[in-house]
Amino acid sequence: MAEESPPAPGTRPGKGEPTGQDTRPGRVTPPGRVVEAVRAYRLIAAMWVRSTMAYRASFAMTTFGNFAATFFDFVAIMLMFSRVDALGGYTLPEVAFLYGLSAVPFGVADLAIGSMERLGRRVRDGTLDTLLVRPAPVLAQVAADRFALRRLGRVTQGTLVLGWSLTRVDIDWTAARLLLMPVMLLSGCAIFCAVFVAGAAFQFVAHDASEVQNSFTYGGTTLLQYPPTVFAKELVRGVTFVLPLAFVNWLPASYVLGRPYPLDVPEWAAFASPLVAAGCCALAGLAWRAGLRSYRSTGS
Amino acid sequence: MGAGRLYTAVAAGGFRRYATYRAATAAGVFTNTVFGLIFVYTYRALWDERPHLGGYDQAQVVTYVWLAQALLSTLAIGGGGVEEELMERIRTGDVVIDLYRPADLQLWWLAADLGRAFFQLVARGLFPFLFGALCFPVYLPADAGTWVAFLGAVLLAMLVGFGIRYLVALTAFWLLDGMGVAQMAWLLGYFCSGMLLPLNVFPGALGEVVRALPWSSLLQAPADVLLGRGEPLRTYLFQATWAVVLLGAGRLVQSAATRRVVVQGG
Repeated sequence: MAEESPPAPGTRPGKGEPTGQDTRPGRVTPPGRVVEAVRAYRLIAAMWVRSTMAYRASFAMTTFGNFAATFFDFVAIMLMFSRVDALGGYTLPEVAFLYGLSAVPFGVADLAIGSMERLGRRVRDGTLDTLLVRPAPVLAQVAADRFALRRLGRVTQGTLVLGWSLTRVDIDWTAARLLLMPVMLLSGCAIFCAVFVAGAAFQFVAHDASEVQNSFTYGGTTLLQYPPTVFAKELVRGVTFVLPLAFVNWLPASYVLGRPYPLDVPEWAAFASPLVAAGCCALAGLAWRAGLRSYRSTGS
Repeated sequence: MGAGRLYTAVAAGGFRRYATYRAATAAGVFTNTVFGLIFVYTYRALWDERPHLGGYDQAQVVTYVWLAQALLSTLAIGGGGVEEELMERIRTGDVVIDLYRPADLQLWWLAADLGRAFFQLVARGLFPFLFGALCFPVYLPADAGTWVAFLGAVLLAMLVGFGIRYLVALTAFWLLDGMGVAQMAWLLGYFCSGMLLPLNVFPGALGEVVRALPWSSLLQAPADVLLGRGEPLRTYLFQATWAVVLLGAGRLVQSAATRRVVVQGG
């Protein structure tokens, strides 16, 4: 990584403003902060892309590996269907539909801010302090830290499966169902982003326990790949009402497929994903603030 | 005699080292349990549709799921073994210090990995398995002999698992950044060991092939012994053959690799 440049040129402390803007309320207006965060994110992500390209063979292999990781997941599902015609009453194209609608939003969230799962490591070894003194939003810096373009592999695989399922699955397309597709993908992505942020916030408290997060991120996307009818009612209830992952695809996709949802929920619930996503993001934001405030450096 | 003591100490060190991170272990147990739950429900749906698929009944396949979760980190099938550290040492050049030591490189890392594996078996293996056994109707053999035979198969699985991962780690001597190869190996291991689907459910020729590959020694072999579906001695023979082949290949590659090492002064 010979060409590793400082993350955000001209934003080092000591150049005009000695402290981060967080300590000076009112200096930067909220929209300005968002623009600034996006700019910082872009610069850091671009730097990591450049440094990744120093090892091209490894990049090619890890991208393919990322693609293959989820590809094998789907191969396992296809092997199951080589022995049966339906799983929980769902056919292979229908399961592929659910699979794509789980893998694509998760893949995009993972690509964008998946590196946040490494926050615990930074808390443990004290390198988070470096991010705190830089005059750029900490969330943007942590989200872009070690930005990994190889994660496009997962998105690509999910998109292919979703595309294939759309050619096979029998859907009675109406305006509402058509509209629900992009809404579902965007809301799902936001919900998974909220899970990543909340998981990172948790790591301020328990830095060694970063693996818990995998249960909800990787575990979540795996769960949603299978029909809700397969699982016990209590589990479905938990995923619908407590940790609302069901709004990523189960509820809206059940509506699109015209299948009954195993729980007794009103029909408008299928359209509630954006609201749920907004709620999740707000809660995750609060958790992040609380986590960051409680942060105490290792002090060395 | 001295050498035996040395490697025992290294293994004990590996065990203690992983035992230090209690929160991480608890987090791992939690994650294994969540994944176990997901797999249990999907497999039960599959076996509802096709009872006795692959020769398993419902209770046996539930045991299989929890066994898979118990052995996942023990055998480092999806990563997390010593190979990551070894690759990093090769990349940074620290491996030179390992080569200076009056100990064999392969045996040193094998001992460290066995220590790690025993800790993971006890800590991360036992709890999800107990959870599964308490919450679901599972098949458990009644006689102690089967359990002993099962532990023997797990021990051989540890050797085979290390054999594969050591070869993977040595590629770093040529590639420097071996993470790409490591990731591919983990994925292949995940799929071919039967972590996603028991290997005896794989159809046709694909099934024949994956059951003959070394990865089937990792999860499918101990599972067959525990579920009373495999002749222990034949299973042992299969595992031992792969262990010898892989560890032998590891030695050959090691001697080729260490001749390549150039220490950069600094």
